[in-house]
Amino acid sequence: MSAAMAAKRGAISLTGITRIFAGTIPAVDHIGLEIHPGEFFTLLGPSGCGKTTLLRMIAGFETPDAGQIVISGREMQGVPAHKRAVNTVFQSYALFPHLNVEQNIGFGLKMQGVKAAARKKRVDAIMELMQIGPFATRAAAQLSGGQRQRVALARALVNEPEVVLLDEPLSALDAKLRAELQIELLRMQKRLGMTFVFVTHDQHEALVMSDRIAVMSKGRIQQVGPVLDVYEKPKNVFVAEFLGLSNIWAFEPVSAHEARTAIGVLNIGETLAGPGMAMIRPEKIWLYSDSAFAAGRPNMFLGKICEAIYMGASTQYRIELHCGEFVTAYDTNNQAAERSWRPGEAVAVELKPENIMLVEA
Amino acid sequence: MSTMTQREGRSRAWRLWLTSGPGLFWIILFLLFPSGIMLGIAFFTNSDFGSPVLPLSLSSFSQVAGFGILGWSGANFTVLARSLLQAGIATTMTILLAYPLVFFIVSRPANMRPVLLLFAIVPSWTNQVVRTYAWMQLLNPFAPVSHLAQWLGFIPPHLGLMPGNFAVFIGLTYNYLPYMVVPLYAAVEKLDWTLVEAGRDLYASGPKLFFNAVFPQTVPGLLSGIILVGIPAFGDYVVPQLLGGDKAMMLGSLIASQFTFSPDWPYGAALTIIMLVFTCVGLIVFRRLTQRLGGGEGAML
Repeated sequence: MSAAMAAKRGAISLTGITRIFAGTIPAVDHIGLEIHPGEFFTLLGPSGCGKTTLLRMIAGFETPDAGQIVISGREMQGVPAHKRAVNTVFQSYALFPHLNVEQNIGFGLKMQGVKAAARKKRVDAIMELMQIGPFATRAAAQLSGGQRQRVALARALVNEPEVVLLDEPLSALDAKLRAELQIELLRMQKRLGMTFVFVTHDQHEALVMSDRIAVMSKGRIQQVGPVLDVYEKPKNVFVAEFLGLSNIWAFEPVSAHEARTAIGVLNIGETLAGPGMAMIRPEKIWLYSDSAFAAGRPNMFLGKICEAIYMGASTQYRIELHCGEFVTAYDTNNQAAERSWRPGEAVAVELKPENIMLVEA
Repeated sequence: MSTMTQREGRSRAWRLWLTSGPGLFWIILFLLFPSGIMLGIAFFTNSDFGSPVLPLSLSSFSQVAGFGILGWSGANFTVLARSLLQAGIATTMTILLAYPLVFFIVSRPANMRPVLLLFAIVPSWTNQVVRTYAWMQLLNPFAPVSHLAQWLGFIPPHLGLMPGNFAVFIGLTYNYLPYMVVPLYAAVEKLDWTLVEAGRDLYASGPKLFFNAVFPQTVPGLLSGIILVGIPAFGDYVVPQLLGGDKAMMLGSLIASQFTFSPDWPYGAALTIIMLVFTCVGLIVFRRLTQRLGGGEGAML
């Protein structure tokens, strides 16, 4: 293996991938993506956006109608699933019910013709790493959801694949276990340095785990980038709304940094070229009592709380401004009583110019 | 408190009788009772006219073991072995035919599957005797198939493909194929294809994929099929009677003839008991096997 090839191990390059099922609307529509070696990459989107289809094409279960898939520098056209150095963790885990945990994990090695002694060594090593040992001889049906998930992951990892594909592997678990396994999965990935391609519809999960995220909708990629960029600087309204709550207004520029919106004239940090959409995240809105209102400060508006939803660490407020428009704001509950507002209270909100992002429609 | 539990216990007993009663009644009336009579008859002595008379004796069982007025003969063991062998071959053949057939049906669009399955089952709605007569027409010495076999040198000139072991094998396979197809279809239709994908993902393909990811899922259906085919084929009467001839006699026709052509009720009863014992032992062994393989419980009878 040459140095260039070695560097590419675990890299995935997709160009113009299209998949059309019966009918005319493509499930996956001209997708181009570069996934770097050793990266935790997430395909995020609502159900039916084509993310699972894309994953299945990388695994080799589906054939693209057009486009090229290159894994570790190797073109995958015509390479069947069983010849790809790629392993999948299925949403349903797909553990073989007629085999016990150990046999399930060793399945891939056995099929590759790894001798029993070498196989046992590798299976034992991964079981130790993932703390599966105590239930090694149990049947798949006797495992809890979290244990199944671990076994499914171990079954993929033991083959030391170039890429691990994960199809919503945590969606069947309860919230606490899911949070634990998210961290465990992430640690495992960092430790082994394998490329993980993770499919989820849960934006929170995507934010927690990923190095980079591709947000998908209707078979197309809306935005690709590091977690921070995708959340903080969403490219368009869809991405902004899918990744979390946001306040979005259409605007007409008045000057290079001033724009007229439904709530009034806003000062915006970015330079305005023409009409567009302005977005601000709820946690980027500052809340004050109305006595702190300063008429001279830019982007400061008076309003009253019309809804307060207590969420533990923070409270979500819906505020009606004097102009009749609504904004949504979060406030952390770090000082409890004196800083939380009740419905009906008059407040002032401040939208700092540098926190307002321009997004495409 | 205690009256409550008493009443509860009584109503539970009542429900138990209500639900299991009819089944128990059926089993007692049509299985245990006749088997008891049969067992009784087996210990009588044969009269000149073939009916059971006193004194009680074990002569019918020694007859089963092969001892007769002309000394010992292994004919009964040959018949038993032949029955087992024919049942085994027919079961194997139905398995080999049913797998491709069932996977073909399942690979068709969902709305066509019931129709195709029906095609496989419909013949079994006709009387077995009628269908076996049809096979006699197809395999007799003057039938085109027999001419072809004669021309190819498989059989001597002027002979047919029946009567004989080959015709019995054909007849049994044909008769019992639907009883293999149906349980197997039930298993294959609810096959978890994600497991097949998992197999492919884990480097299995071709026969390896089939035997590691597909076949284990069909085992419950297969075991049901083996019971549904193997046991009746072992005791079949019509097929060996019509297609077999003397050299292909099976246990079923041997028993039948003890009650018809050459009556000897005690001997026939003893043969029946032996057959029941073989069937029961087979079922028990099979059940153990199923439990060990796991998962087959639901498909058992």
